[in-house]
Amino acid sequence: MSKLPLTSSSTVGPFFSIGLLTKDMMRPALAGPETEGEPIRIEGRVLVGAGEPVVDALLEIWQANASGCYNHPAGQTTGTLDPNFSGFGRTGTAKDGSFWFETIKPGPVPFEGETLQAPHINLTIFSRGLLNHLATRLYFEDEAATASDPVLQKVPAERRSTLLARQDTGATGSGGKTVYRFNIIMQGEGETAFFNL
Amino acid sequence: MDIATNFEAIVRGDKEIFPPYLYEAYQSTRLRAPRQPLVEIPLTISELTGPGPYISRVAPEDADLTRNSGTGGEAIGQRIIVTGRVLDENGRPIPNTLLEVWQANASGRYFHERDQWPGPLDPNFIGMGRCLTNEQGEYRFLTVRPGAYPWKNHTNAWRPAHIHFSVFGPNMLSRLVTQMYFTDDPLHNLDPIMSSVPAGKAREHLIAAYDHNVTEEEWALGYRWDIVLGGAGATPFENEAAKTKEAKEVKSR
Ligand SMILES: [Fe+2]
Repeated sequence: MSKLPLTSSSTVGPFFSIGLLTKDMMRPALAGPETEGEPIRIEGRVLVGAGEPVVDALLEIWQANASGCYNHPAGQTTGTLDPNFSGFGRTGTAKDGSFWFETIKPGPVPFEGETLQAPHINLTIFSRGLLNHLATRLYFEDEAATASDPVLQKVPAERRSTLLARQDTGATGSGGKTVYRFNIIMQGEGETAFFNL
Repeated sequence: MDIATNFEAIVRGDKEIFPPYLYEAYQSTRLRAPRQPLVEIPLTISELTGPGPYISRVAPEDADLTRNSGTGGEAIGQRIIVTGRVLDENGRPIPNTLLEVWQANASGRYFHERDQWPGPLDPNFIGMGRCLTNEQGEYRFLTVRPGAYPWKNHTNAWRPAHIHFSVFGPNMLSRLVTQMYFTDDPLHNLDPIMSSVPAGKAREHLIAAYDHNVTEEEWALGYRWDIVLGGAGATPFENEAAKTKEAKEVKSR
């Protein structure tokens, strides 16, 4: 059977908050007190090359729970579901390009065979001027497994640091959460490595 | 206006179907398109999973944009039904997936603080809708036909009437945000956002068909538009072990 051609992509435009950040879909906080795992706060900004903030970006994250299990039919080969964690977050950037998520540190998930991937959060970026979304991952600089992660290894060595969230030891989130800093640079100097997905 | 496709640009997926990130006729791409090549990565459990049907509590009234403003009043404009199927590239329906739509009102104005052109607002129209596909992959919205609207991309620039669609599908590879257009619109060929889609067939695919079988007597005009999402070939849904497990409704915070 011949394949159907895929539907093309387009920009979310400037007015996406009408449809995408309403009701329960504005979701920067993924985890609550009942959620298993280490609570963390991710703070960052979305920027373009000249350091200009991107004031109208939409960010979505998708991650495994603390036991390395995704809430998806194909995602439960390791760990167990946490009834208090969906793994999906969404937010928009503020006037200074800033954003935050409060979540838990994901557990390692399988790669091939017995090997594991380093803990990571999958990130998707949409905005005016982006005719396709951008996909990348957030890794934790302070995780021992990060340096040898099989997917991060595919990123040219000089660009890997753009995927590393760094612990901000001078800051604590509510409830004593560890704060990680992670900027997304859409274009230019220090451009974040994006995936062909 | 130069609307030639820049084939040297960075492209995601099929370069006949998906626009290049940098498309100079659409000015905002110049400052936001990545300039470095996209990185090819192996597909893992992280890409072959994705947010499921339970991420949002969808109510039936969410699919009626003519009456969901909260005022109790009905939106003004040509009432239309937009329906179709969400399919994978093998033609199989994608059930229970979330669709989110947003649009301008009948006069072309968005209910948004950054939309300040002097098209009249309609207090009974927000322009937000959502629904889940049924077991046959079908969705259906009742709304009013959006108007065209001006934007500042170039002199006398007008976007053709369109509805923005966001769809999840089964995994991270199927995630899609796009725009649906209407037939016989003279603005199509003048629109750099539509022209950024390289192949003519791929552009036609974004245009909903008028369907008299969808039209309801004394009520609304009918349009049919199917959406085809990628990622099916890579999905281990045939895996017997995976079949026994399901995404669960969990507390969304
Ligand atoms: Fe629009």
